[in-house]
Amino acid sequence: MKSKIWNLFFSALAIAVLTGGCQKPAEKAGGQQEGYITIKGSDTMVHLVTAWVERYMQKKPGVDISVTGGGSGTGIAAMINGSTQIAMSSRDFKAEELKLVKDKGITPIPHTTALDGISVIVNPATTIDELTMEQLRRIFNGTITNWKEVGGPDQPIAILSRESNSGTYVYFQEEVLKKDDYAATARLIPSSAAIIQAAEQDQGVIGYVGIAYAESGKVKTLKVKKTAGEPGVVPTLENIKSGAYPISRPLYLFTNGQPTGESKNFIDFVFSPEGQAIAREVGYIPVK
Amino acid sequence: MLNFRGCKEKGVKTVFLITASMSILVVAMIFLFLGKEGLSIFKEVPLSSVWVDKWYPVSFRKPQFGIIPLLAGSLLVTAIAIIFAVPLAVGTAIYIAEIAKPMEREFLKPFIEVLAGIPSVVNGFLGMVILSPLVKKVFSLSTGLNALTGGLMLGIMAVPTIISISEDAIRNVPQSYKQASLALGASFLQTTFKVTVPAALSGIIASVMLGIGRVIGETMTVMMVTGNAAIIPHSAFDSVRTMTATIAAEMGEVPFGSTHYHALFLVGFILLSITFLINYIAQKVLHKYRLGE
Repeated sequence: MKSKIWNLFFSALAIAVLTGGCQKPAEKAGGQQEGYITIKGSDTMVHLVTAWVERYMQKKPGVDISVTGGGSGTGIAAMINGSTQIAMSSRDFKAEELKLVKDKGITPIPHTTALDGISVIVNPATTIDELTMEQLRRIFNGTITNWKEVGGPDQPIAILSRESNSGTYVYFQEEVLKKDDYAATARLIPSSAAIIQAAEQDQGVIGYVGIAYAESGKVKTLKVKKTAGEPGVVPTLENIKSGAYPISRPLYLFTNGQPTGESKNFIDFVFSPEGQAIAREVGYIPVK
Repeated sequence: MLNFRGCKEKGVKTVFLITASMSILVVAMIFLFLGKEGLSIFKEVPLSSVWVDKWYPVSFRKPQFGIIPLLAGSLLVTAIAIIFAVPLAVGTAIYIAEIAKPMEREFLKPFIEVLAGIPSVVNGFLGMVILSPLVKKVFSLSTGLNALTGGLMLGIMAVPTIISISEDAIRNVPQSYKQASLALGASFLQTTFKVTVPAALSGIIASVMLGIGRVIGETMTVMMVTGNAAIIPHSAFDSVRTMTATIAAEMGEVPFGSTHYHALFLVGFILLSITFLINYIAQKVLHKYRLGE
């Protein structure tokens, strides 16, 4: 008799748990539409987007926006899985990602919010001041392994690169390495800050980071020459905007379809004079 | 009333049986899942293309998924860690078990436990800002991000595991062995190194195996200090890319179901098999020693 009562009790409990479990996610999804936005992706952009979000949330209390990094690929993967409303990315979708997106019925729309220059940095003790794009390519693909081959002292070159989940990694590979593979000896460093850290300490290293990061550390930024005949160009805001500096790229926010509601308000804010001024303050090049 | 109690007894037993078998079930499921995802790479590429020395997962030319450099990286870092950790940890264990006064023991043990509890990202950070510049300076290298720094950091992390199990083993050597040795006129030092330690050897070996298991699976620290270049290292001063760091660094980016995705699962499967094997051997050794008690 008693065991029957227990059975009843347990089955009632089970039903309660199961139905309760079903209701919760539905509620959550509904709640997310209101004033809650998630933005995921590029580590390069975390700095910038956080600055926008802070100002925006000051102006619009009650709106809650969360920003997480992890790399452009992470943001794009999150958009494909539907776990973020806005993806920040320093590269466009790859062909295989576009295929996945189509299957899931998502149409990513890029918004070019600012431009970023990539600085080539070396240890402050390095005597080299400028390199051509071709020299950079040959250094990073492992053809040139000693500084003396580009006019420096007899010292081996140690390459620092971002990890392969970084949009900067892919961009640099495409634009500077001309789609060559990185040298196998390249050290893959998990973050831009760690690259700066290593370049400050270690002799003979060469690496690349976004210009905003290069300014934050005690490292030497190289001038870059498009060809051997042209003068070396420093990555400044003006040189990047004019296109004189060869290594620069757009920073995207992706939305699924045209943005609506709070996402639209936020993206409008990004393109407003105030938003663009913030981009400039943080160290990127405004587009408007 | 009795019936109710019997039911309750049975219910409780069942609940504990379920919780107890849960861990077995979970391990089995993980093995199955990793194996399924990892081994399905061979539907796309032949076995020979995985057994090469180039790991170029993101490439515009031809992606390559050679696991040899990753395997070599993990093994080198683990070897360095163990070479560094074993003398340190076994020495400490002998001291704590045989020589230390109770007060010293009370003082030492909490510190060892704290050492075991340091989050690996903190260890990685310390390795990056303190140990790596030091290694660079001492060996006059161009950079301190290499296998040696990683190995030393991991060694520090393996020390607590090895100490606590070795200490148990040494302490469990029957008192009569030591008394017999001392009675025969052996000195304390002779007794310790010729009788006690050999008697506890299987326990010490098991502790080292468990230390290896701890080290080979460590991720964050090695990712921060080894430089992560996927090459077959020729010396401890070369940069290495371990299996764990590869998975951690690349998993977030990889398109679901791609060859790269399966390759990472294969790496995970190999890693799990290695740790499983090491733990299995350690348990066997430990078991043997307990039986001999």
